[in-house]
Amino acid sequence: MCDQTFLAITFGPCDNCSQNKPLMNIYLKNEPINYCSLCVELMACQGLAKGETTNTLKAESESLKAKLEEERAKLHDVELHQVAEKIDALGQFVMKTRRTLKGHGNKVLCMDWCRDKRRIVSSSQDGKVIVWDAYTTNKEHAVTMPCTWVMACAYAPSGCAVACGGLDNKCSVYPLSLDKNENLAAKKKSVAMHTNYLSSCSFTNSDMQILTSSGDGTCALWDVESGQLLQSFHGHSADVLSLDLAPSETGNTFVSGGCDKKANVWDMRSGQNVQSFETHESDINNVKYYPSGDAFATGSDDATCRLYDLRADREVAIYSKDSIIFGASSVDFSLSGRLLFAGYNDYTINVWDVLKGTRVAILFGHENRVSTVRVSPDGTAFCSGSWDNTLRVSAYLRSSGESELRNILYNTV
Amino acid sequence: MAKNNSLHPNSNGETDDSPNMLVYRKMEDVIARMQDEKNGIPIRTVKSFLSKIPSVFSGSDIVQWLLKNLCIEDQVEALHLGTLMAAHGYFFPISDHVLTLKDDGTFYRFQTPYFWPSNCWEPENTDYAVYLCKRTMQNKARLELADYEAESLARLQRAFARKWEFIFMQAEAQAKVDKKRDKIERKILDSQERAFWDVHRPVPGCVNTTEVDIKKSSRMKNPHKTRKSVYGLQNDIRSHSPTHTPAPEAKQPTEEELREQIKFWQAQLDRHRLKMSKVAESLLSYTEQYSDYDPFLSTPDPSNPWISDDTTLWEMEASKEPGQTRVRRWGFGIDEVLKDPVGREQFLKFLESEFSSENLRFWLAVQELKRRPIREVPTRVQEIWEEFLAPGAPSAINVDSKSYDKTTQNIKDPGRYAFEDAQEHIYKLMKSDSYSRFIRSSAYQELLQAKKKKSKNLF
Repeated sequence: MCDQTFLAITFGPCDNCSQNKPLMNIYLKNEPINYCSLCVELMACQGLAKGETTNTLKAESESLKAKLEEERAKLHDVELHQVAEKIDALGQFVMKTRRTLKGHGNKVLCMDWCRDKRRIVSSSQDGKVIVWDAYTTNKEHAVTMPCTWVMACAYAPSGCAVACGGLDNKCSVYPLSLDKNENLAAKKKSVAMHTNYLSSCSFTNSDMQILTSSGDGTCALWDVESGQLLQSFHGHSADVLSLDLAPSETGNTFVSGGCDKKANVWDMRSGQNVQSFETHESDINNVKYYPSGDAFATGSDDATCRLYDLRADREVAIYSKDSIIFGASSVDFSLSGRLLFAGYNDYTINVWDVLKGTRVAILFGHENRVSTVRVSPDGTAFCSGSWDNTLRVSAYLRSSGESELRNILYNTV
Repeated sequence: MAKNNSLHPNSNGETDDSPNMLVYRKMEDVIARMQDEKNGIPIRTVKSFLSKIPSVFSGSDIVQWLLKNLCIEDQVEALHLGTLMAAHGYFFPISDHVLTLKDDGTFYRFQTPYFWPSNCWEPENTDYAVYLCKRTMQNKARLELADYEAESLARLQRAFARKWEFIFMQAEAQAKVDKKRDKIERKILDSQERAFWDVHRPVPGCVNTTEVDIKKSSRMKNPHKTRKSVYGLQNDIRSHSPTHTPAPEAKQPTEEELREQIKFWQAQLDRHRLKMSKVAESLLSYTEQYSDYDPFLSTPDPSNPWISDDTTLWEMEASKEPGQTRVRRWGFGIDEVLKDPVGREQFLKFLESEFSSENLRFWLAVQELKRRPIREVPTRVQEIWEEFLAPGAPSAINVDSKSYDKTTQNIKDPGRYAFEDAQEHIYKLMKSDSYSRFIRSSAYQELLQAKKKKSKNLF
């Protein structure tokens, strides 16, 4: 048994309460401090209380989250694919690649359609952004960015400008001039500034506003003319990889997906996160609204695509197969929302029946990862971009009576 | 040799879930099943001309196994998956540098776990130089350098000219160690080593499967895990795959963050939800309604420009004369009319004929306001106020008093959303009143029938 007595080495003003008392020499985070014994005890109690508060808050948060899952599950009276049993199965799809766009010197990372239904803009790891008339396969404009890995690009609604960005942490807008000889780079306008890479960008219904998402975990809305930040969106706890604007005439919402496995729906006006979904097992690489705006699909590194409905407030379908083990990088709906095109890191594009949950076609042809898949504005074709440096535009040829298995080859023109 | 418990999670109960590791784990699970004694692929030693080929199985063995065990319905799909697994280096053809799967009698061998990609290999060029140099010291015809390897060796000799003596010594030492091994063991190890380099220094033209998405690579670069030295230290050998090793601890949320989370969950709990059956019916009916307009479900009329190389469809859509299908779509809902510029025009024309166009004009003006640069917003807000809402406005609209009061407040500090409440009210009004009148109007009905009369002259 030992006698524990603290030797008061000094007597003087306490660092905390300033009263003259016998002081205890203690170390707080490697810094020596002099507290009187009362203050030392108070500090210990506070620390304990704080730990308790954090723990109680955590417990409360967890229980509310669990309760929410319970409430969501209560209304789950039937599966989507069960209700879909009453509609006809789709015929077998024969798709044909009708255009192959070659010109990028490295991986194609992103592409977007122009509203004129035939032009596209694409960006690549080689730093180039190219505007093509995909119908004629002519390159109409080309810009060299000052950085490599241009991960995001978008066409302006007017068709008169494109936006792009990537490792430069910025989103820049280039007006497209009719004069082919004009140096586009000279007219470049830096609009968005993030503190990490730009993962995705999209014009709103206007050439004047751009919505961006970034590796810094935030999304932001910018005024193009002034570069002013109009609204920022915080809530993701990791990189945001993708966003999509709701297709409504009256809507002011968009959905984003990120490396925190969450898909968040945001109010553009207030900056608030209005709904959140977390059922994926890995990064969400891409999000896309169902054409009515009532639901959205996600593609993830967990090798599944999922459909979330905003009215049911839950995940309503999973599109997966045992044989698909590589992540889905990009998703898009056909015009009616019946088909979901998904590009994967195993170089294929799988086409899913959204309602029945089955796969209706698998398309080979790309020689490396498919990084982006977008259906054209009038739904007549879809374009896929790949790490094999090419872009392909494919369309539906016909239905056939044969089983799915035979009609899976991409034929080039 | 350090023993690694491959399934040990960290204190949070998490294992390394980074995207690449997820895929490696899945492939390794398949490999484990392939190597299962009972249900796996039969591995055998084949008697060749003068010698034995140890530990091999055929390409068709792999394809058949995949078809049976992974519920793959089609041979092409099985071949594709198998090729990907080979390209990542999990098994390899014993007589080819190109890592692809063939559905025939070609022989394949499993890669040793030491060389699995999940070990985060990033071998340096010096190691590659040692390897190529070592190969030239072996007097076997089958181990001769391929053309691309000889070129690489020449390049490396130039690049590492100053330390070539050291590299040569390393290669000699490695060759010595190799010679001491049992002949059969050596065959296997040599092929596995070669396959490793085929993954990390692929044949020109082949996909380099070690390339990573730069967005994900920062999370993978764990310096403690990256293996760079192939021929260096012998004592960091791991026989277990680290795809199940623990991830670094996540940051603990602060008190404030937790309070925000609680508020968020409470708001979510208060949300009104629809039953799944109702939602499903809604999704089905939407898709049904638009299936005639989906070029992937029904062939467009006259044709899909991408298939027929005829742009008539687009020319028709660009013209001011709306076709019957387009007009029919306006009947699906007010959003369809508002979305289509020709629809908007027709709707406006109809309302003007009824002297009730101010609602639509207000709605359009507010939409347009939100598309302006922020600089122009204050002026435009004033103009809209004067035109539609101010006392004595020339195109006065009727909004409920609550929205009116709010708007009066908003215009004192004019922003893009100054008229949001008023616009919402007007939209609801138009939807229930003006829109239904438009659809029932003779003007609309005529357009709907018009194609029947004009079809001969349309184009």
